[in-house]
Amino acid sequence: MQGFKLAFNYLRIGILNEFQYRANLYIQILQTFIALGTGLIGLSLVFSQTKSLGGWSEPELLAVMGVFVITGGIIRSAIQPNMERLMEEIQEGTLDYALTKPADAQLLVSVREFRLWQLVDVVTGLIILVIALNQMNWSISIWSVLGFLSALFMGAVMIYSFWLIITSTAFWFIRVHEIANLFEGLYAAGRWPLDIYPNWLKYGLTFLVPVAFAISVPSEALTGRLTLQTWLGALALTTFLFILSRTIWKIGLKNYSGASA
Amino acid sequence: MKRHLDYYLSEMRISILEQWQYPLANYFYMIGMIAEPVIYMVVWSAVANQQGGMVGGYTPATFAAYYIVWTLVRQMNIAFTPYGWERRIRNGRLSMNLLRPLHPLHHDVAFFAGWKVVNIILWLPLAFVLSLIFKPDLNPTWLEGIVFFFAIWMTYLIRTITLSLLGMVTFWTTRVSALFELYFAAELILSGRLVPLSLMPVWVQELAWFFPFRWTFGFPIEVLVGQMTTYEMLSGLGMQLAWIIFGGIVVNIVWKFAIRRFSAVGG
Repeated sequence: MQGFKLAFNYLRIGILNEFQYRANLYIQILQTFIALGTGLIGLSLVFSQTKSLGGWSEPELLAVMGVFVITGGIIRSAIQPNMERLMEEIQEGTLDYALTKPADAQLLVSVREFRLWQLVDVVTGLIILVIALNQMNWSISIWSVLGFLSALFMGAVMIYSFWLIITSTAFWFIRVHEIANLFEGLYAAGRWPLDIYPNWLKYGLTFLVPVAFAISVPSEALTGRLTLQTWLGALALTTFLFILSRTIWKIGLKNYSGASA
Repeated sequence: MKRHLDYYLSEMRISILEQWQYPLANYFYMIGMIAEPVIYMVVWSAVANQQGGMVGGYTPATFAAYYIVWTLVRQMNIAFTPYGWERRIRNGRLSMNLLRPLHPLHHDVAFFAGWKVVNIILWLPLAFVLSLIFKPDLNPTWLEGIVFFFAIWMTYLIRTITLSLLGMVTFWTTRVSALFELYFAAELILSGRLVPLSLMPVWVQELAWFFPFRWTFGFPIEVLVGQMTTYEMLSGLGMQLAWIIFGGIVVNIVWKFAIRRFSAVGG
């Protein structure tokens, strides 16, 4: 309960902070449109050559793109800023300030930053999703909505855990600016449904799994492809990743010696 | 001249030594980078397979060749980013560079050139693995190899120039991120980074001739992979050279005006 209150307070401060820089909202909108434009061009290039890709039609892939944009917005508003700040503080030794506080350190480092304007992506993604579902003549069923929302939530937790794991490597390998780059490269894989990747790539690259899963499973829920097995699999993977990330974080923390900031 | 050469060699050596200390970080960076073309490769191979094995003149094997050469070109055209320019102008670090008797651009060019040596060594095993998996159809001639070698270095110079110009916009305004994103979006589409330009509508291909993007990405790849005539290759090199000369002049002019506007806040 205490934790929720803490997270909520940080959220409020984050939002107030963002309101000081309103011009950034317009810049964010511009950037979202640029990213959207390139995404749509990529999609239209593929579909100018073919009718379906790995069994997915154009509106279905548009829905995948919607999920991709929504998830991207969640990552960049709530997950990535926290993890980047954490990396910086590990590198500079200023993490001490967070560790000396009485709250749970993992919770604290995960809620300190919030970028409100990045939610433009979430809104845009939702609009894309509605357009795509409209093109698919989608009929709302309570199960697909529940499946979608739960999968989206699990996706966010998976990506958070994944980020925390790679960020925790900063305790051992100080220079980690490249990690953000690594994540972005892998995240781009989520633009396309998992079906099109060859099996060895799908299962072999453990790196790719949480990322692609996070976007694939909600998309599958929307397009009527989600089976109970996949959903349970996602649940198991989410739980596993979450526990793993906490373990690695704890071990890493023991390794942290500070630099007397 | 000798002074410059010495400077370049020592800067490159420093950069190589520095980067060797972080092999893991560099590998992370590279895996992130290689994920991008692998995704394109998988998508377009799937499209080609669906269309009976070929699309826009490319088979899965030539797509593989295109995107594997892509990874090398990408290593080569990494230059100091405009975001880096923004940072060093905003936090005043640039004043330190200005104290040196040489133009700061020399430092960037030399440092990143040195880094490339490390990156290419780390890239070799990755390229080997990618080739084993995707079985590219790549049979360059000697001439293509030689043209490619010159083309990738010119690629690096052109991209250094364009990215620096973009970064220098920060001298006038600090709200630059949207502009940078626009540039990178245009580059993605018009350079051959997203797909080989031959898959684009004809008018886009013609448009691409007049922008620098193609000469920093698609051109060297097509030299090694594509069936370019000797004339096309040489005129491509000519275009690259023209961009370097033209860009070099513009950078110099912009720099003269820009530096007057610069007032550091510490550094």
